[in-house]
Amino acid sequence: MVACLGQVYGNASSIHYFGQAAKQRMEAARRQVAALVGCRPAELIFTGGGTEADNLAVLGAVRAAGRPAHVVTTAIEHPAVLGACAQLEREGHAVTRVPVPASGIVDPDAIRRALRPETALVSVMHANNELGTVQPIAEIARIAHEAGVPVHSDGVQALGKIPVDVEALGVDLYSVSAHKVYAPKGVGALYMRKGTNLTPLAFGGHHERDRRPGTENVPGIAGFGAAAEVAGARLAEDAGRIGGLRDRLENAILDRIPGTGINGSPAGRTPNTSNVYFDGIDGEALTIALDLRGFAVSTGAACSSGAIAPSHVLTAIGLSADRARASMRFSLGRSNTDEQVNALAEALCEAVAHLRRISVHA
Amino acid sequence: MPDSTPIAVAMSGGVDSSTVAAMLARQGHAVVGLTMQLWNQRRLPELTAEGGASVGAGRCCSLDDVYDARRVAEQIGIPYYVVNFERQFEDQVVKPFVAEYLAGRTPIPCTLCNNYIKFDRFLEMADVVGARQIATGHYARIRYDAAAGRYQLLRGRDPAKDQTYFLFGLTQAQLARTLFPLGELTKPEVRELAASMGLAVAAKGDSQEICFVPNGDYAAFLNAYLKETGVPPAETRGEIVTTDGRRLGAHEGVHHFTVGQRRGLGIAAGEPLYVIATEPATQRVIVGGNDELLRHRFVAREVNWISIPEPASPMRAQVKIRNKHAGAAATIARAPGLLDGVEVIFDEPQRAVTPGQAAVFYDGDLVLGGGWIE
Repeated sequence: MVACLGQVYGNASSIHYFGQAAKQRMEAARRQVAALVGCRPAELIFTGGGTEADNLAVLGAVRAAGRPAHVVTTAIEHPAVLGACAQLEREGHAVTRVPVPASGIVDPDAIRRALRPETALVSVMHANNELGTVQPIAEIARIAHEAGVPVHSDGVQALGKIPVDVEALGVDLYSVSAHKVYAPKGVGALYMRKGTNLTPLAFGGHHERDRRPGTENVPGIAGFGAAAEVAGARLAEDAGRIGGLRDRLENAILDRIPGTGINGSPAGRTPNTSNVYFDGIDGEALTIALDLRGFAVSTGAACSSGAIAPSHVLTAIGLSADRARASMRFSLGRSNTDEQVNALAEALCEAVAHLRRISVHA
Repeated sequence: MPDSTPIAVAMSGGVDSSTVAAMLARQGHAVVGLTMQLWNQRRLPELTAEGGASVGAGRCCSLDDVYDARRVAEQIGIPYYVVNFERQFEDQVVKPFVAEYLAGRTPIPCTLCNNYIKFDRFLEMADVVGARQIATGHYARIRYDAAAGRYQLLRGRDPAKDQTYFLFGLTQAQLARTLFPLGELTKPEVRELAASMGLAVAAKGDSQEICFVPNGDYAAFLNAYLKETGVPPAETRGEIVTTDGRRLGAHEGVHHFTVGQRRGLGIAAGEPLYVIATEPATQRVIVGGNDELLRHRFVAREVNWISIPEPASPMRAQVKIRNKHAGAAATIARAPGLLDGVEVIFDEPQRAVTPGQAAVFYDGDLVLGGGWIE
C-alpha cells in the first residue's frame, strides 16, 4: 500500500509501464478481496466505500429496471441502503420496509409476502451493524430468485467477522467496506454476479468495466487487498477470541449491573458486536462518561452535528423510546484485550452507578 | 492553583461562549465543552429559502455553529461533546411558545430555555462529566451575599448587552453552580479578548433573538410547526375593532399580533393605530391610539424572588417589562388573592404592557426578581 503512494504511483488505467505496475497491484488486491467473499475477481467493482457500494447496488439495480419498480428491504438496514431507497421513492419507485421482530432477525416469509410482480430488488443486510444479528440471506435469496427478483446484501458488517461466500449465499450483489477489515477508510467494493443489470451512478470513464468511472484509489485498494488476505487467514481465530471478549463483557455487565439486558437475539450474532440496555440511563450521558474515562463506545447513530439520535434499528425491533435511548453498542476488535474488557466493565459499573445516583434519566 | 474539577462550558459556537471556554482554559481550569443540540433546523424546510438544503449560519444548532464550537475546543485543547436536548427543548420551550401565541400572548422562549434547559438539563450533563460548576457566555453577574446566605444576580457591566431580563427565573441552587465570566466585560472587550487568544470566531456576528425562528417570522414558524405536527392550522381569524367597539376590518389570526404593534394591521385610518390587546376568546384584535397603550398597573404571576427573600410588604423597584425597556419606577405589592402573583403599580403609566412577556424587578444593578405579565 505504501509502495503505491511512492514508487508505484502510476495511474492504473494508463498504458505505460508505471500504469501497468499500479494496475498489477490493483488486480492482485481484486483477487485477494474476491477470495475473501468467494467470487471471481472480474465480478468485483471497487468503490469509494461501503455507502457507495450500497448506493450503486440499490439505485443501479432498480434504475436498470427501466420502469416504476418496487424494492423490498427491511426496517433495520444501514442508512446507506435506507437512504438510497428513500431516493428511489422520490424518483417514483415503491419501497417496502419489512418489519423485523425483537430478535433482530428478518423472517424470510415476511420477505416473500412483500414481493410484488413489479419488485426489481430485494436488499437485506448480511449482519446488522447495531445488533450484530446475522440474517438468513441464503433463504431470502432462494425466495427472491423463485420470483425472479435479484438480491442485494449489505455485507459491510459481516466481512471479516463471519465466513462470507457469495456463491453459497446466492446473492447477486454484495457490498463490502475496506475499513471494517482494518484497511484504510474510503475504499469499498461491490460484488456483482455476472449478468446482473446495473445502471452506474457516475459517467465519464471506462474504469471498473464502465461500472464505476473515476481514477482508482490504488493505495487504498492495495491496502484493502492486503487486509482481506489477513482477515481470511485469521477469520476463525479472530472470531473465537473476539467473541470470547464480547461474552466476557456481556457477562460482566449482566452479572454486576442491575437493570441490564441484551438487545436482539444473543444467538446468531457476529462475534464483535454487543448491544446492551441500561434501564434508566441516558445512553448519551453514558457515552460521554465512558469517553472521558478513555473508552470509545456508541449508542445509536451520530447525526451530522455529532449529537446522538435515537436508533432506528432499536425502535424498529420494538424497543420503547426510553429503552432505545438507554442502550449502548459495544464493538470489539482485534486489538482489544482481556485487560481492556475488564477495565471497561469496571468503568461501566462506576459510570452507571454515578449516573443513577445523579439520576440523569433517559 | 485552580483545582482539577472540570467546569462545563455551554458552547454555542459564538464569540461569547467561545471566549468563556478559552478564558477558563487559559486560567488553568479543566474545561469540558458541551454544545446543546436544541432544534433541528431541517425540520420545517418551508421556512428556509433553500428548502432546508442548507441551514443558515447564526441560527441555533446550525452545523456551522457546531463546527465553530468544535474548532475552538480543538484549538484550546479541551474535551468537547454535542448533547442532544431536542426532545426537552421541544416539550419545554417550543410547545409552550406555540401555545402562548395561540392564547394571544407574546412569549419569551429564551427565559423558558434558561430555566429548563440551559440551567437544568445542562447542569445534569455537568454532573455527567464530573463538573461541579457550569459557565456560560451570558452578560450578567452572580455574587454571594454571605450575610443573607444567598446568591444574588446582578446586571452585566455592559448595559447594552445585559441579559438578566432572561435570567430572573434561576433558582439559588442553579446560581450556586453557575459562572458568568463575561459579566464584568463589555462586548467590544470580549471581541478583543477573543481576538487576542486567536479565536477564529472573534469577529462572528451576534445571534438573532429567537434562535429557532428563522428571520423572526414567528407566525410562519407557528403555521409550519402546527402543520408538521398534524394540528390543523389554528383558526383564529376574526375582527379588528377599536376600543370603543367600531369594527375596522378582519384579520388572519390573533397570533399575528402583539401588543404595541403598529405595522401590518392592513387598515387605513386617519390617526396611527396600535394593537392594544388581543382577545383569544372572541378572536378579536383591539386597536386604538398610542395613548390607549398606556397602563398604570398590571399583575405578574409565578414570581421568582431571585436575590432576596419574598418581601413581606410593598417595595419600590425599577421594573422592566420587555428586554429593550429602560425600566420604570414602580411599587410592587402582593396581588390580592394570588399565591404567586404581585401587582406592579408604575409611578408613570408605561406603554405596551404585553401579556406573556416578563416583568423583572431591579434595585440598581441587583435583580430582585421577576414574573410573567398576565
